[in-house]
Amino acid sequence: MLDDLRDLYQEVIFDHNRNPRNFRAMENADRQIDGFNPLCGDRITLFIKFADGKISDASFQGQGCAISTASASLMTDIVKGQTEEEAQALFSLFHKMATGEEVEIDDLGKLAVLAGVCEYPARVKCATLPWHTLDALLQGAEEPVTTE
Amino acid sequence: MNQTVEKTVVYDVERIRQDFPVLHQEIRGKQLVYLDNAATSQKPKAVIDSIVHYYENDNANIHRGVHTLSERATLSYENARKTVRDFLNASTEKEIVFTRGATEAINLVANGIAERLSAGDEILITAMEHHSNIVPWQMLCEKTGAELKVAPINDKGELIWDEFEALVSNKTKFAAVSHMSNALGTINPIKQMIDLLHKFDVPVLIDGAQAIPHIAVDVQALDCEFYVFSGHKLYAPTGIGALYGKMEQLEQMSPYQGGGDMISIVTFDKTVYNKVPYKFEAGTPNIVGTIGLGAAIDYINTVGIDAIAAHENSLLEYATEQSQKIDKLRIIGTADNKGAILSFVLDGIHPHDIGTMMDHQGIAVRAGHHCAMPVMDFFGVPATARASFAMYNTHQEVDALIAGIENLIEMFG
Repeated sequence: MLDDLRDLYQEVIFDHNRNPRNFRAMENADRQIDGFNPLCGDRITLFIKFADGKISDASFQGQGCAISTASASLMTDIVKGQTEEEAQALFSLFHKMATGEEVEIDDLGKLAVLAGVCEYPARVKCATLPWHTLDALLQGAEEPVTTE
Repeated sequence: MNQTVEKTVVYDVERIRQDFPVLHQEIRGKQLVYLDNAATSQKPKAVIDSIVHYYENDNANIHRGVHTLSERATLSYENARKTVRDFLNASTEKEIVFTRGATEAINLVANGIAERLSAGDEILITAMEHHSNIVPWQMLCEKTGAELKVAPINDKGELIWDEFEALVSNKTKFAAVSHMSNALGTINPIKQMIDLLHKFDVPVLIDGAQAIPHIAVDVQALDCEFYVFSGHKLYAPTGIGALYGKMEQLEQMSPYQGGGDMISIVTFDKTVYNKVPYKFEAGTPNIVGTIGLGAAIDYINTVGIDAIAAHENSLLEYATEQSQKIDKLRIIGTADNKGAILSFVLDGIHPHDIGTMMDHQGIAVRAGHHCAMPVMDFFGVPATARASFAMYNTHQEVDALIAGIENLIEMFG
């Protein structure tokens, strides 16, 4: 009966929600920042470590829905080994996908499982919260970021 | 038992549903089940018709024109004030001030009593308030140096009476209390609270935003100084609400906004304010909203607020009983005295996922912090899902709610 919901809630999303990757605090992080969605109360703390001009480790903690948890899990996996520029380019691409703009879906790799979110305006911010948080961290923000 | 059966026969929910056009639609291929009434209620045809009728026949500005349309508009507007007076059993319609809603009414009072407060004074609220009955008082404290005191709640979401009592003292200069909690459904013992506060001469504002569609209110029996509510939760349009205030209180208060209609004489040296309630109604008001509010109350009166309450209580009881059969479900707010709100969390499933998955089954529930973040913090949850019932909900819709929850638990695995 909920078949059409599978476009949004793909099995990969349930998997990342049940067993989020990189879900831990990082004691020796180079930077950390909080992200907050005041509309729904989702909170994320993002930790990043750099080495040789690249993101060498990424992790997160927080409380959120399946969409935001899966998005943070996938994001922290995919940005490891990327330069800041590469990560920001990916954010831009992900944001386009989430808001329903035309993108080359292959460029998004595993992140494509979140493509269904663009059909749910109320949930787009769930998927983009981790990415907005990363973007703010990379830009050197220190204050918590919000999606509003 | 016989009485219950009799009420069920008399209360014709299917006939009531016919009066609410919006209910008769499908969402994503499923019959709409609207259970977000604590956020806003749907509007009966009588209210919608009153709006159309006003704009098609009587539209004019009030309290000024001598022409026929203006007289008609003024009469309709002032009749609505009488309807609200009767609904609350106020002693005179002059004690009814129209506002945008409960929030504006609270702000109006907070603004109007500012001059009475100084450093060292205390304002008392409870831990179950909606943000709209917290923030205006915080702002007032900031302005006056008064201190905000918060009466705590227990694990069931009930006021802890002894602690409340201990917080009331000669320092307490004002109290603002929710009649019914929007996040938990708890109904406060406001009569006892008012009586206690009055022993210390503390004026009391009751936030009736949630209670008003479910509980018969008699402001004279309660003896509260202020009672506020929003129309849109009472089957009326958005953007209209009312403040009841005892005349002696309203007369002492400074105006909220300056402008037309709230004055009697204006010169560049001095302005003489208009009488209560007009002193608080600056500018052209929400005339059609007010007329819609009057129509909504007339409609409620044809069904009967006590009959509505009995029906909703039966829905709540049934929903509570059925939901307890779901292992993963925990009800947030289990007060002994509760209105028709079922706030819940599901183990391992975030309320926002619940909201989306319920919507897919045609069921509208609220997911979020319900503008009561301190309540969420107290229960250690980021948010809850909330089903809230109104006069047109049915026991079959409760069944749909329960089936919907079971479906999504299965999907989540």
